[in-house]
Amino acid sequence: MKPRTLFEKIWDEHVVHRTDDGTCVLYIDRHLVHEVTSPQAFEGLRMARRKVRRPEATLAVADHNVPTYDRSLPIKEEESRIQIETLSKNCAEFGITLFDMKDKRQGIVHIIGPEQGFTQPGMTIVCGDSHTSTHGAFGALAFGIGTSEVEHVLATQTLIQKPAKTMRITVDGKLSPGVTAKDMILAIIGKIGTAGGTGYVIEYAGEAVRNLSMAGRMTMCNMSIEGGARAGMIAPDETTFKYIKGRPMAPKNDNWDKAVAYWRSLKSDDGAKYDVEVNLKAEEIPPLVTWGTTPEDIVPITGSVPSPADFADPNKKKSVERMLEYMALTPGTKMQDIVIDKVFIGSCTNARIEDLREVAKIVEGKKVAGTVEAMIVPGSGLVKIQAEEEGLDKIFKESGFDWREPGCSMCLGMNSDQLKPGERCASTSNRNFEGRQGRGGRTHLMSPAMAAAAAIKGKLTDVREL
Amino acid sequence: MKPFRKLSAAAAPLPMINVDTDVIIPKQFLRTIKRSGLGKSAFFDIRYNEDGSEKPDFILNKPAYRNAEILITGANFGCGSSREHAPWALLDFGIRCVIAPSYSDIFYNNCFKNGILPVVLPQAQIDELTKEAEENPGAPIEVDLEKQVVTRGNKFSFPFEIDEFRKHCLMNGLDEIGLTLEKKTFIENFEKKQKEQKSWL
Ligand code: SF4
Repeated sequence: MKPRTLFEKIWDEHVVHRTDDGTCVLYIDRHLVHEVTSPQAFEGLRMARRKVRRPEATLAVADHNVPTYDRSLPIKEEESRIQIETLSKNCAEFGITLFDMKDKRQGIVHIIGPEQGFTQPGMTIVCGDSHTSTHGAFGALAFGIGTSEVEHVLATQTLIQKPAKTMRITVDGKLSPGVTAKDMILAIIGKIGTAGGTGYVIEYAGEAVRNLSMAGRMTMCNMSIEGGARAGMIAPDETTFKYIKGRPMAPKNDNWDKAVAYWRSLKSDDGAKYDVEVNLKAEEIPPLVTWGTTPEDIVPITGSVPSPADFADPNKKKSVERMLEYMALTPGTKMQDIVIDKVFIGSCTNARIEDLREVAKIVEGKKVAGTVEAMIVPGSGLVKIQAEEEGLDKIFKESGFDWREPGCSMCLGMNSDQLKPGERCASTSNRNFEGRQGRGGRTHLMSPAMAAAAAIKGKLTDVREL
Repeated sequence: MKPFRKLSAAAAPLPMINVDTDVIIPKQFLRTIKRSGLGKSAFFDIRYNEDGSEKPDFILNKPAYRNAEILITGANFGCGSSREHAPWALLDFGIRCVIAPSYSDIFYNNCFKNGILPVVLPQAQIDELTKEAEENPGAPIEVDLEKQVVTRGNKFSFPFEIDEFRKHCLMNGLDEIGLTLEKKTFIENFEKKQKEQKSWL
């Protein structure tokens, strides 16, 4: 048999039916559902009198729209409340397990899947959410789908797909102190561009990737979509198995041994061919921040705001002009001179316990700058409990951070956690699009450590010098 | 789903790259539990002022383009989130066809599920179309899915590629779920085999 990539192995294992033109019916092992992209799908099922094919392979949670203040209070926004109630009704009607707002396991959909052991190597995993790519960190094929496809999966446990092209991104060497998985993925997006991965499934490899914890691997795979990729994945190894073992939905006893034996086969064969290979050196990656309104617009924290003249492509030049105006930045300004108003530490990119520990290390015994409003939104109820057991919440509160309830929060500002027009934010999330965190809001993406440093200094700061 | 075969309609030029789904339909409109009614909120932030009045410069606010059914735009259109609210908003506004050099994968997929045809043409032809649409506001462009060609009288004729299966579904307005359910036995057999081989799943 010809040598296959990790992607090809998982793909081949899941083809239910293939037509001559290459269109496949692909089996889906796990389906995550949230309140925003599912109501119309359930409505579709109801109208066609269809059932959910495998409710037990489906897990639902409310995360995008939930308030992050006191959960005992009713939800203020009526539409949000209706959407969250609709999810509860749909899950009850169709027999799907739901972590509702009062459940301590509730949290951001891409954080709770791994946390529960619902996410496992070799699986196909989908969700009506582009950051489903996160789950690829476990060596799964995980990708985001639209609502019509959510309905398709609910009804048939399959999707109609054609295989993607493959790209391997290898990061050799070791990361320097102060540089994290977030900087690595930002460097990659800066290199390939926001559309560089369009049509591809990316596999991350190399020493620097191998050395990452599961949290770091999830951060990387999470942002694959920001490079346009359909999915990102990392071959499972001992780090992966150790993370999964003992989680509530993980295989047990005999099944565990059988599963691990299979999971060990999930790596690309020697000589497997990728359509594209990209290489980076870990040592060359500094702490990075974004200056524009797409995640490819990165610059080292020691650098300055670029000028439209630095770009050759006329379309990009035009868009740079627009971005600088929107971001209210002048070419040549030192990044470290940029003053911020808000700090958001949260999102499915960086709101795991490891991220919060990083932040605590930096802010312990220090105060958030008087001009800055800083909030920390844990990725799940269980992350919150863990952080409180470790006393991190005290460190945060004493430093002047707002310590919230879990949810997507200001990553997309669907609830009341938003930037006001003109406000500038250091954010650990994944998108710096115009208006993403609030109309007229200005977002700079960075690692949790860098966001923590910015909170203390009141401006973008090189964490290595704090 | 409404079938798409042939369209002759006004085209609006929106020469921006990386138009993301947050721009097409901002988050505050994602609280809906319906598919319809999003048209008035399409491109909200770049279409309306703070006070709710229209921005006169925005292309779809100009009289000649208000009824455009074709949108001509830049690379990586629809990048960002998977929200199908983006094509729903375009469709509800009246857009049946987008022409761009490239799209994000998920948005591209989502279009087909909603009877919108996303056409891919090289940048040079997009530039020509944009110029044409700017110089002759409201003049119709023809998009023929069966023949896979974008034309304007005998001024130009740009052929485009499209996946056969998707073309077939779009031209006939087919329900994909129905098609898949016809393969039910294959799904059942797959599940049986998987249960035997991977008992932990
Ligand atoms: S945290 Fe942000 S990116 Fe992640 S699922 Fe929520 S809204 Fe999407």
